[in-house]
Amino acid sequence: MTDGAVAYPAAGAVAPATAGEPILRVVNVVKHFGAGVGASVKAVDGVSFDIMPGETVGLVGESGCGKSTLGRVITQLIPATSGEVILEGVDITKLRGEKLRQQRKQLQIIFQDPYASLDPRMTVGDIIAEPLVNFKMIGRGKAKDARVQELLRTVGLNPYFNNRYPHEFSGGQRQRIGIARALALNPKVIICDEPVSALDVSIQAQIINLLEDLQREFHLTYLFIAHDLSVVRHISNRVMVMYLGRICEVAPSDDLYRSQDHPYTRALLSSIPVPDPRIESKRRLVELTGEIPSPRNPPSGCLFHTRCPIAQVPGICADVVPPLEMKPDGHLASCHFSDQVRTKLAVTV
Amino acid sequence: MTQPVLEVRDLSTHFFTDDGEVKAVRGVSFEVMPGETVGIVGESGCGKSVTAMSLLGLVQRPGKVVHGEIMFKGQDLLKLNKEELRNIRGRDIAMIFQDPLSSLNPVLRIGFQIDEAMRSHDKIPKDDISQRGIDLLKQVRVPDAVHRIKDFPHQFSGGMRQRAMIAMGLSNKPDLLIADEPTTALDVTVQAQILELLRDLNEQTGAAIILITHNLGIVAGLCRRVLVMYAGEIVEEGPVEQIFESPQHPYTWSLLRSVPRIDSNRQDRLLSIEGLPPDLIDLPVGCKFNPRCPFRIERCFNEPPVIENVADAQRAACWVTMTRAYDEMNAATITDTSPGAASGVHPRGRRPAADLTPAATAETLSD
Repeated sequence: MTDGAVAYPAAGAVAPATAGEPILRVVNVVKHFGAGVGASVKAVDGVSFDIMPGETVGLVGESGCGKSTLGRVITQLIPATSGEVILEGVDITKLRGEKLRQQRKQLQIIFQDPYASLDPRMTVGDIIAEPLVNFKMIGRGKAKDARVQELLRTVGLNPYFNNRYPHEFSGGQRQRIGIARALALNPKVIICDEPVSALDVSIQAQIINLLEDLQREFHLTYLFIAHDLSVVRHISNRVMVMYLGRICEVAPSDDLYRSQDHPYTRALLSSIPVPDPRIESKRRLVELTGEIPSPRNPPSGCLFHTRCPIAQVPGICADVVPPLEMKPDGHLASCHFSDQVRTKLAVTV
Repeated sequence: MTQPVLEVRDLSTHFFTDDGEVKAVRGVSFEVMPGETVGIVGESGCGKSVTAMSLLGLVQRPGKVVHGEIMFKGQDLLKLNKEELRNIRGRDIAMIFQDPLSSLNPVLRIGFQIDEAMRSHDKIPKDDISQRGIDLLKQVRVPDAVHRIKDFPHQFSGGMRQRAMIAMGLSNKPDLLIADEPTTALDVTVQAQILELLRDLNEQTGAAIILITHNLGIVAGLCRRVLVMYAGEIVEEGPVEQIFESPQHPYTWSLLRSVPRIDSNRQDRLLSIEGLPPDLIDLPVGCKFNPRCPFRIERCFNEPPVIENVADAQRAACWVTMTRAYDEMNAATITDTSPGAASGVHPRGRRPAADLTPAATAETLSD
């Protein structure tokens, strides 16, 4: 743990209203990449949250905020520098080899680029069956074909496409193939890393609806990572906003448009164009000054103080790390002046 | 009555590939008035970028403008030779692209590249060029412009590079600025700043803007008028308020309902558009949207619709139009958006499946 890492608030604060045990707990996860002698890029710097079974939690932030790194650390595709990832009560960061492999069956990932994440020389059937073959859950021949066809049908593709190759499919169809592969092992948790950002608008809706249908059918739990706050809010129960490797606000999706406790969330919301000219003519931008600081050398105190329109600098914002804590409206936010976010930062004319 | 700054008539651009003739733009006509902001929206492959490239003579082999007229200040750009077109490009019509890094030369300073744009045309007096470079950079809100003008492109962030590109585009005081997905590569907070900048510059300089984008929200915020393209054609056009309030083409209507809105009720299921855009080599007979349209009727399979007035200043190319779809097909309450779902029209007994490859539409799902 690094100094300044956010203390983990009481479980009740991060957890949603649903009762029961979280299926996935991320506790103080840190990922630093080495960057020359004595230097490191603090890609993820002390992130904690819970996800309840059947819930969708959204993770949103701009490029370089660490959201994809966090997704990869959770799936153990890259090892965490420190922290715990507890999947159904087992800390998978401590597992190695076969034990990790077995536990990871429960945890699958869907990638952003449907062109790069499918092997062009494998048939769609082999791509989807590969996890099953790896875990010796299926033989070759008829049983395999039957399962692959079932999965293809589940994701809305023609089941007799199993002998075709990825290049024969469009972007949206490839993303469906990626989803079928992720579903093959009957996982409980799926990390969706920008699953629709590479797709056209009309295809995005198809994939979002498919993910929602599959969640209902198989009682899946999603961590939905994306840069598009409208998409994230649509599919998620709760939205976490990330900035420079840390979570700065966690809010229920239904509430997010009405109220924000962190100036960065407010600025993000004010930046999103709404497809309605009348709303657009009244919208005002919360202008951020400067550039996103380098995660190699993050600012002192509040990470956002260098760009924040309401920061007290010099003063508390430059000196003291604001804890991620519960605010009166029930959001978690890390801001010393969250009570001023809505009054001082107007978003409409 | 003022003359349009740009008038495009029946423009068609095709690509002659080994697989066949890709009809990327077919019979596109529109005009842009001085100082007007016009949005061209559509998905990848709908022909919006090829239209823009055609305007400036930037279509490369195997592509070719096969038909049409592009009237700019009384002359047809398609009839000009290379040299004459060069004199207009960058001087009277400027263009900015999606990826500012690949549009800038990495080994030349930003200031040199902005000045070069002015030196190439004799519009700005030689003595004013270097001062104007700094002023432009200030105008596009690059902080510390006096020093940053000596930077190389790699020292600029993505948003700053796009600002530099805009400065370059505006350097010769063009009458028309074509912006092709200018913010797609940028983060949303930076995007908002660039759009605000374009809005202000449009007011200050009076340059007309053609904005090409797939994002309906951006059009709503920046444009006065919008052209919706599908499969190489303009399927609907009109004033932005009107198109967003009462779209008449089913494609425009569906597109507006398929994007999640930050201000909407979260429980609403998105109305997706089933299937894929058509293959531009082998286009459907009749209306090009018929394989995906929930409101199609028999006529849509036989005759291509002509674009005609559907309301004051609003035109759409549809045999049905949404007014009729609301009156006769309960468009307001449909949840099933599969092709023909609202109209019940499935020619030749075909029941199309979601998201099949064009080549495979004959093999359909049976369950």
